[in-house]
Amino acid sequence: MSEVLEQLSTYIREATGNLVSASEIAYGELNLTTDRDSIVELMTFLRDDPQGGFVSFIDVSGVDWPQRPERFDVVYHLLSPKRNLRLRVKLAVAEDVSVPSVTGVYKGADWFEREIWDLYGVPFSGHPDMRRLVTDYGFQGHPLRKDFPVTGFVEVRYDDQLKRVVYEPVELRQEFRNFDFTSPWEGTDYVLPGDEKAQS
Amino acid sequence: MTEHNVRNFTINFGPEHPSAHGVLRLVLELDGEIVERVDPHIGLLHRGTEKLMESKTYLQALPYLDRLDYVAPMNQEHAYCLAIEKLLGLQVPIRGQLIRVLYSEIGRILSHIMNVTTQAMDVGAMTPPVWGFEEREKLMIFYERACGARMHAAYFRPGGVHQDLPQQLVEDIGAWCDPFIKVLDDIEGLLTGNRIFKQRNVDIGVISLEEAWNWSMSGVMVRGSGAAWDLRKSQPYECYADLDFDIPIGKNGDCFDRYLVRMAEMRESVKIMKQCVARLLGDAKTGPISATDGKVVPPKRGEMKRSMEALIHHFKLYTEGFHVPPGEVYAAVEAPKGEFGVYLVADGSNKPYRCKLRAPGFAHLQAMDYMSTGHQLADVTAILGSLDIVFGEVDR
Repeated sequence: MSEVLEQLSTYIREATGNLVSASEIAYGELNLTTDRDSIVELMTFLRDDPQGGFVSFIDVSGVDWPQRPERFDVVYHLLSPKRNLRLRVKLAVAEDVSVPSVTGVYKGADWFEREIWDLYGVPFSGHPDMRRLVTDYGFQGHPLRKDFPVTGFVEVRYDDQLKRVVYEPVELRQEFRNFDFTSPWEGTDYVLPGDEKAQS
Repeated sequence: MTEHNVRNFTINFGPEHPSAHGVLRLVLELDGEIVERVDPHIGLLHRGTEKLMESKTYLQALPYLDRLDYVAPMNQEHAYCLAIEKLLGLQVPIRGQLIRVLYSEIGRILSHIMNVTTQAMDVGAMTPPVWGFEEREKLMIFYERACGARMHAAYFRPGGVHQDLPQQLVEDIGAWCDPFIKVLDDIEGLLTGNRIFKQRNVDIGVISLEEAWNWSMSGVMVRGSGAAWDLRKSQPYECYADLDFDIPIGKNGDCFDRYLVRMAEMRESVKIMKQCVARLLGDAKTGPISATDGKVVPPKRGEMKRSMEALIHHFKLYTEGFHVPPGEVYAAVEAPKGEFGVYLVADGSNKPYRCKLRAPGFAHLQAMDYMSTGHQLADVTAILGSLDIVFGEVDR
């Protein structure tokens, strides 16, 4: 399996020139890294090239890495039914920078890109219909960002006097419970009180 | 009628329409009775599953998967477990694999019965749901007997399954198979040759194979359009490679072909179930049902009474949970509705850093506009039914 992926990776890198900046095979899956300017061209190549035949568009998802300057990863998954291979294309993008939409190449990217816009706030330029998708009408913020709290900011209830649903700031009846069970003897990156004495 | 009397209508279909299969809101632009544009509004059942999973340990996040496609819960868990197992490098023993396959196929039948019969109800047939749901009830009792819950199973765990099946249950599942074929024959007798059912489904919602791939469709949607593509065959996981079954495909890519594919798939699923039952009562009658790595799989109760190490493992696994090495994987299963994938990014801690759930229904529903434009208003329900939409997984 991995030899086939190795060959495919070399082939794609040779055929596309500098569209692919890095490639690696991990856990039996091929990862290609590209950038914003090359994504549409690369996707068109992958779809039309008879050697690969990646005609099936599987998924686009975002990943948030807040500590990085280019904090979002946009991850595309493609499938070649002909070669029975999968492929992952990644690109990194900073906040408020738009990514060219691949809806012109794969129509199936439509809602996936809208969802990323909705949940991560990564805009896609050239997308025909860049509205929010899964969150409420009039929702503020991008919930899957790591700095968005799990509880959210507003809660809704039906107001009997006003006879409509009202939005109010979240008020927790009980403190939000998030237990950190990570063992203090292995795997933590925080210092327990008193531990600093051991170092000095 | 004079010219100025003709105007386009925009109507709301759903969110409380029984044929909307949940909480779908479709904004339809109509020219007379012809659909000009369909704008699906989803998200009315959005629960932020992916966000919630990021703040739970791997095991705590597992039950959320049941709440996606709640018609076939275990198939979702399966993809999630496969992703974790891929990162951890765990091997599931053969009895565990057979139980997983057995219950995945039960899930497939659960989902297909639900879809075929309610789609028939959408186009006007009342009897199929009544007959089909009787069988679903029996299957859900098999779910309950295995894991204690009819729907929210949490039965597939990383490394295997939670508990072993009693022998009586396996025998009962085996005894269910043949009578069910008879029920399938009956339902098929009601629908396949039925004039009204054909008029409502043949040549409705046609999608070519090329378009289907491009619209990121999978599962029955591409098989109905003629691709012999099934992840159970093409990228086999668990012990599907050792099992004997066929992939039914359609020719025309219309609603009727998708119906036929689903009916044929249920027969294939029964075939798989029989093989699993035979092996679970035969060569895999005993043996472990999950991996024996004590750092991932919790010990059994009896073991904890005797072994200090098991007791420690139990405590650690149910508080801290296991750690998954950093990396990213994509694992997919052939869920009843299509390819259900989990893209898991792990950062080495005990919680998933990012868990993207790739739901087949989500990808299918976005093609509603493409498939329905130019059809009659009444065909919208037929097309929607044949897409096999469940809102738990579309909205997530």
